[in-house]
Amino acid sequence: MITIHQLTKRFGALDVLAGLDLDIRPGRVTGVVGPNGAGKTTLIKIILGLTRADSGRVLMDGEPVGDDAAYRKRVGYMPQIARFPENLTGAELITMVEELRSGQRDAAGKRDRELIERFRLDAHLDKPLRTLSGGTRQKVNAVLAFLFDPDLLILDEPTSGLDPVASAILKEKVASARAAGKTVIVTSHVMAELEEIADDIAFLLDGRVRFAGSVHDLKLHTRQLSLERAIAHMMTRTAA
Amino acid sequence: MRTLVKVTGYQMRDVVRSRWLIAYALFFLLATDALLRFGGADVKALLSLSNVVLLVIPLVALVFGTMHVYNAREFTELLLAQPVGRRELFGGLYLGLAIPLSAAFAAGVAIPVVVHGVASGELGVSAATLVALGVALTLVFSATAFCLAVRVQDKSRGLGAAIAIWLGLSVLYDGLVLLLASLFADYPIERPLLGAMVANPVDLARVVLLLRFDVSALMGYTGAVFKSFFGGSGGLAVAVCALALWVTVPAWLGVRAFQRKDF
Repeated sequence: MITIHQLTKRFGALDVLAGLDLDIRPGRVTGVVGPNGAGKTTLIKIILGLTRADSGRVLMDGEPVGDDAAYRKRVGYMPQIARFPENLTGAELITMVEELRSGQRDAAGKRDRELIERFRLDAHLDKPLRTLSGGTRQKVNAVLAFLFDPDLLILDEPTSGLDPVASAILKEKVASARAAGKTVIVTSHVMAELEEIADDIAFLLDGRVRFAGSVHDLKLHTRQLSLERAIAHMMTRTAA
Repeated sequence: MRTLVKVTGYQMRDVVRSRWLIAYALFFLLATDALLRFGGADVKALLSLSNVVLLVIPLVALVFGTMHVYNAREFTELLLAQPVGRRELFGGLYLGLAIPLSAAFAAGVAIPVVVHGVASGELGVSAATLVALGVALTLVFSATAFCLAVRVQDKSRGLGAAIAIWLGLSVLYDGLVLLLASLFADYPIERPLLGAMVANPVDLARVVLLLRFDVSALMGYTGAVFKSFFGGSGGLAVAVCALALWVTVPAWLGVRAFQRKDF
């Protein structure tokens, strides 16, 4: 689905990405993990076209991801921070994004409103977004990412700020998207959560991929029983 | 084009409902009403109002504009993750702020002007000129604010720079011009002065207004030179072009930075 080749990005004196190579396999959930400053967010932003790489290439189904914005019709993005125009309502925000996507509908001919119903958001959609709690805004964020039935979902710390019920609903949604053949990239600091939803892990350190493969392979490779311990093992070993 | 219209529309909806914008419109409404009511419905009241306009509009457009861009950072990222072009998105965000700001000011001044019966005749033309220049200054300083906020990453530095620009163009510039004028009083400096006035949008608006209100006699020979320049259609064209440049140059610099920016 996504092929990343020798990606570099420098911010000032800092090499955030230093020749990163990675294959994101289609129809799977890939967890991108690594310590703070490893380059996770920068990688995601380059895939989305929010940040430009200094060199290297990102291909989506063999086509280079570049200045042409059209490929983003196939991408749904859930940012970590949910901040919207204060005086618009949730319903207006959803209509706005829909109109910007040229009235795009999913295969069944309508929008995927499942999350609106399951999060019980209907009662909140007519209120100005500034009056919604952080958790409710994060739910709106999740709705927007899934609404247009995208082929590729990019979720940045998706469950931060969500209560356990909403978090469980979102994880189920990720699982059903995967079952429908969607590709999902997710970053998270909660390893137990990734262990639940991720098939593959890309472990980043100092702007490079230090491990890429299935969760099972990572555990075998590090001889650890849980993903958390496996990642901790990778971090201490690479630090040594 | 479609994206530009959509983004402008939704941004306007958001800005129009903001309490700040309503307060801004009310401020001009009350100020204009008070000046016309207590100062008499004549040219003096409009002259006082133009001093308020020349000071307040650049400050509000700069501060409101920079804050708007910084506060919309996460939302801008969300919009950029949709299939939209950056140039159109920037245009939509800019117009979505500049149009409501201009409308709030125009309505705030126009309503009392009509109510007090100043909207017709020579006085009416002066009031219309004042509104038009206020709108032009809103467009100029909103564009400057957008350019600044896109180029300067740090919010407090960006806001500081916005206030410095306001202070420079509204206060310090005049002092400097006055200093030069008195230093070179023995030389024929009317034409360089004219250039200095055209180079600063606030001063340009002020000179056009002063000439409109026919108080240029107060400025002696300089006033006469200005009047002969701006009084003709050529001078008016220069003034309009200069203001248009003051909108397009910051807007163009802003778009360029926005297209290259790493979010």
